[in-house]
Amino acid sequence: MAEFKTAEELLAAAHRTQSAGYRRIDAFSPFPIEGLADAVGFHRTRLPLIVLCAGILGGCSGFLLQYYGAAISYPINVGGRPLNSWPAFIPITFEMTILFAAAAAVFGMLAMNGLPTPYHPVFNVPRFALASRDRFFLCIKAHDPLFDRVGTRQFLESLTAREVSEIEV
Amino acid sequence: MADSPTDKLTEQALQEPILAPGYNYASVTDKISAIVLRRPPKWWILGFAGAFALVMLLLYSVTYLFAVGVGIWGIQIPVGWGFAIINFVWWIGIGHAGTLISAILLLLRQQWRTSINRFAEAMTLFAVACAGVFPLIHMGRPWLAYWLFPYPDTMKMWPNFRSPLVWDAFAVSTYATVSALFWFIGLLPDLATLRDRAKNRPAKIIYGFLAMGWRGSAVHWHRHETASLLLAGLATPLVVSVHTIVSLDFAYAIVPGWHATIFPPYFVAGAIYAGFAMVLTLAIPVRKLFGLEDFITMRHLDNMGKVLLATGLIVGYGYMMEAFSAYYSGNQYERFMILNRMGGPYAVVYWCLVACNIVTPQFLWSRKVRSKVGALFAIAMVVNLGMWLERFVIVVTSLHRDFMPSAWGMYYPTRWDFYTFFGTIGLFLALLFLFIRFLPLISIFEMRTLVNEEEKKAAD
Repeated sequence: MAEFKTAEELLAAAHRTQSAGYRRIDAFSPFPIEGLADAVGFHRTRLPLIVLCAGILGGCSGFLLQYYGAAISYPINVGGRPLNSWPAFIPITFEMTILFAAAAAVFGMLAMNGLPTPYHPVFNVPRFALASRDRFFLCIKAHDPLFDRVGTRQFLESLTAREVSEIEV
Repeated sequence: MADSPTDKLTEQALQEPILAPGYNYASVTDKISAIVLRRPPKWWILGFAGAFALVMLLLYSVTYLFAVGVGIWGIQIPVGWGFAIINFVWWIGIGHAGTLISAILLLLRQQWRTSINRFAEAMTLFAVACAGVFPLIHMGRPWLAYWLFPYPDTMKMWPNFRSPLVWDAFAVSTYATVSALFWFIGLLPDLATLRDRAKNRPAKIIYGFLAMGWRGSAVHWHRHETASLLLAGLATPLVVSVHTIVSLDFAYAIVPGWHATIFPPYFVAGAIYAGFAMVLTLAIPVRKLFGLEDFITMRHLDNMGKVLLATGLIVGYGYMMEAFSAYYSGNQYERFMILNRMGGPYAVVYWCLVACNIVTPQFLWSRKVRSKVGALFAIAMVVNLGMWLERFVIVVTSLHRDFMPSAWGMYYPTRWDFYTFFGTIGLFLALLFLFIRFLPLISIFEMRTLVNEEEKKAAD
C-alpha cells in the first residue's frame, strides 16, 4: 500500500497502476474524487436499478394495500361513490414509493459496500488512520495475478509515493 | 460609477468566500472534529440544562394530559383544533428547510450549502420529532394511535385511505424515516473520521461501531455519492408532498378560510420560509460560540437572507390571494371570514402576523441589513414568531366563526397549551445541544471536497 499527499497524485498513480496491468487494486481517500473509481477499474454501479425496482415495488404495494382495504376487505358504499377511488389513493402510493426507494438506496449502498465491516486488514497500517483526514492511499492486493512482493513494492515506490507499506492479512 | 458605495458593496459580496482562505484538509478536519472531541464548554452545559428543564416541563404537561384528558387545553367546540395542530404545522414546516438545503441545493450544485447542511438536516429531524408529538397527544385516546396505520386487526377495519389525516400519518412517518436515513448516510464518513481521531477508548468504540468500518475506498465513495444523489432526488418531491398533504388536512374541509386551492403551494413556501428563519436563528449563535466564522461565512448568511426574502414574498402573495379569492368568490361566508380575520376578535393576531411576515422581511432588500449578523438574527426571530401566528390565524379564526352564528365561539389557550408548546421547544433545543456535542455539526468530508475545489480554482 502506498501513501500519497494529494488527490491528484493518487489519481495519476491509480491510472498508472491500471496501465501497468494490475487489476486487483483499491484506492482510499478522505473525500470522493472524481474519476478515481474508474481508475481502479470500477465503472458502473447497479444501485440506481435497485432503487428503481424498490420504488416500483413500494408504489404497487402501497396502492394494492389501499385497494384491498377499501374495495375488497371492507367495502363501504358512500352515496354510490366508486370503491376504487384511485385519485384519493395517490398520496399514500407516492409516499410508499419514496419510502421503499430511499430505504433501498441506503441499505443497498451499505450492502454492496459490504458494510458494516467490523474488521478489515487495511486498518493494520497505523498511518491509515489519516485516510479519513488528509492522506490518500493506493493498495495493490496480493491476489492480483501480477503481484510480486519485491516487484510490486518497487513499482509503488516509483509512483512518487510518500511511503510504501505491506499489509498483513 | 465603479467607486460608488453600492458597487463596492456588491463587489465585496461577490468576493466573500464560502470558505475563508488558508485551510487545508487537515485543518478543516481538526477544527470541526475538535468541537466533538474536547470537553464541552460552560455555555453548553448551561444551555443543555435549560433545555432539559423544558423537556421536563413537556413530560409533566403530557403526563397530566394523559391522566386527565384534552380538557386541560383551551380547545372547545367549535375550535377543536387548537395549539396542538398549530404547533404541529409550525414544527413540520421548520423541518422542511433542512431537506431543502440538503437535497434541493445539492441537486442544484450550490456549494454554499456544504457547511450548513449537516445541522440543517439535524434541525429537520428534531423538528419532525417535535411535530410528531402533537397529533399523537391530540388524540383523545393516544394509546390507540396505532389505529392510524393499516394492520390486520381483529376488528377487520381499515383506516380511511381517502382521508388526508391518514395520508399525513404516511407522509410524516416516511419523511422522518427518509430524513434520518439521509442524515446517517452523510454522517457515515465523518463518523469514520471521529473514530480515527478519537483519543479515548469508549469514544473510539462507539464511533467505530457507528461508522460501520467505513474506510474511504474509491468504490465505496462512488456508491455513496450515487446513493446521496438518488436520496436527494427522492427527498425533493417528498418534502413538497409532505407539506402539501399537511395543507390538505385543512383544504379538504369545507370550512371558509381552509377550503382553498392555493393552500398547497402557499404552505410549502411558508414551510421553507419558516425553516430558513430557524436555520438562521441556529446558525448565527453556533458560528459565534464555536468560532466557525471561517466556515459559515457572511456569504452564507447573505444567501439565507435572500432565500428568506424570496419565500417571504411568496407567502405575502399567498395572503393577498387568500383575501382576493374570498372577495372574488362572491361567497358570503368566505367574505365574512376574511373581514372577521382583519377586524374580528382575533384581528390583533392577524395584523401582528402581517407585520412579522410581510413587513419585517422587507428590510432584507438592503445589503447592509443582510451583512449585519444581529439584524439578521432579529429578523429571523420575528419570522419564527410570525409563522407561528400564521398557523394560529388559519386554525383558530377559520374555525371560531364558520357558518351559523349560533355555532360561533371563542378559543382561549390555557397554561397547559403553553407548557406543552414551550416543552417541545425545550425538546428541540436539548436534541440540538446533544447533536452539536456528539456529532460533527459541519460535514467534514464535504468541507475537504470544498478545500480540494478551492485549490483547483487557485491553481487555474
